[in-house]
Amino acid sequence: MIRVDTIWKYFEGTPVLRDVSLDFEQGKTNLIIGRSGSGKTVLMKCLVGLLEADKGKIYYDKHDFSAMSFRQRRVIRKELGMLFQGSALFDSLTVEENITFPLNMFTTMTPGEKRKRVDFCLDRVNLGAVHGLYPSELSGGMKKRAAIARAISIKPKYLFCDEPNSGLDPPTGILIDKLIS
Amino acid sequence: MKLFYHIGKYFILLWLIVQKPESASIYRKQIIAEMDYLGLDSLGIVAIISVFMGAVVTIQTAFNTDHPLLPAYAIGFATRQAIILEFSPTVISLILAGKVGSRIASEIGTMRVTEQIDALEVMGVNAAGYLILPKIIASVIINPALVIISMFLGIFGGYLASAMTGVVPLSNFMYGILFEFSSFDIFYALIKTVVFAVIIASVSGYFGFHTRGGALQVGHASTKAVVFSSIYIILFNLILTQILLA
Repeated sequence: MIRVDTIWKYFEGTPVLRDVSLDFEQGKTNLIIGRSGSGKTVLMKCLVGLLEADKGKIYYDKHDFSAMSFRQRRVIRKELGMLFQGSALFDSLTVEENITFPLNMFTTMTPGEKRKRVDFCLDRVNLGAVHGLYPSELSGGMKKRAAIARAISIKPKYLFCDEPNSGLDPPTGILIDKLIS
Repeated sequence: MKLFYHIGKYFILLWLIVQKPESASIYRKQIIAEMDYLGLDSLGIVAIISVFMGAVVTIQTAFNTDHPLLPAYAIGFATRQAIILEFSPTVISLILAGKVGSRIASEIGTMRVTEQIDALEVMGVNAAGYLILPKIIASVIINPALVIISMFLGIFGGYLASAMTGVVPLSNFMYGILFEFSSFDIFYALIKTVVFAVIIASVSGYFGFHTRGGALQVGHASTKAVVFSSIYIILFNLILTQILLA
């Protein structure tokens, strides 16, 4: 469970998040809806620690994430997966290398196990033979799906998706919504 | 005050860079890849510049020391000293600051503005360590090798100039090259090269890592990386020369 306790975030004196309090319960899909520029991405970046809230606290299962050191946060972050607005795939790596990246970093899986995991994740997002392609060779929808595959490869406890279907055609958007839910 | 702000941020980045790596094997692979990108890719330009500079230094020295009291071998001696003490370690490092520094800053800066660094951090990867440490280690290993090659090629350029223009007899040139050779000069040059390698990789990494905005800012970061790396190389050249040769 993630608890957001009265957080505030300012940019150059202008409050973007004002006194936001939320609970994200385990096993549920939660949506944050708002107008463009209303602070959805800022809130999400505060939740994962890419931005620091100026006031308030964020708890992961009663652990105060806001008060954790860089090293302590790494333990929590290994349980997070995130899909960015622009996919944020590593453009120097192939799709397969992108998906195996967190596995190489944080697991002791054998090459065979990693290959199976890559196939499983790509299958879940309905991407076929794209293992050897670079992100620049993929369409927008394929990039989003590859990014989801990377985000779920390490079996995260929490999956954050920032505008997962923005800029996509309606059928691809619906497909990604289904994948997430 | 802004200077102290940047110095503080630079040392915080260095502290992050030297944290224990998440996976030693991935870092090892990165170091080898970076040695290829940052070092071997620069071999061509280093070779061309070294040969021509060696030739030019020899010809200029010959024309400016045309005096009956100066022995002919002094041209070879001066060429060797200029190449080993200053040209290869400092000028080649300045050239690498331009070529490699801009590459590091633009690569890391692009990763920053396209959220790839954010993706690394969300995964729990120490992005600064993963992206910059292998570049520093690779530069520290490969730059001295490039400088040694540059020394040989610079002297070879001088030899070619002597042979082709006849400004100095070859036997005199070779005598000058070997005259009172001190291995400390090589040690001094390599010490400087290692310090300059750390400066190029870390300063360029700093500007790339702290890029904010878009393509325009990546360009600015790349330019700043080259300018500041070059300034620090010149500054540390003076400091190290005073410390090591005084």
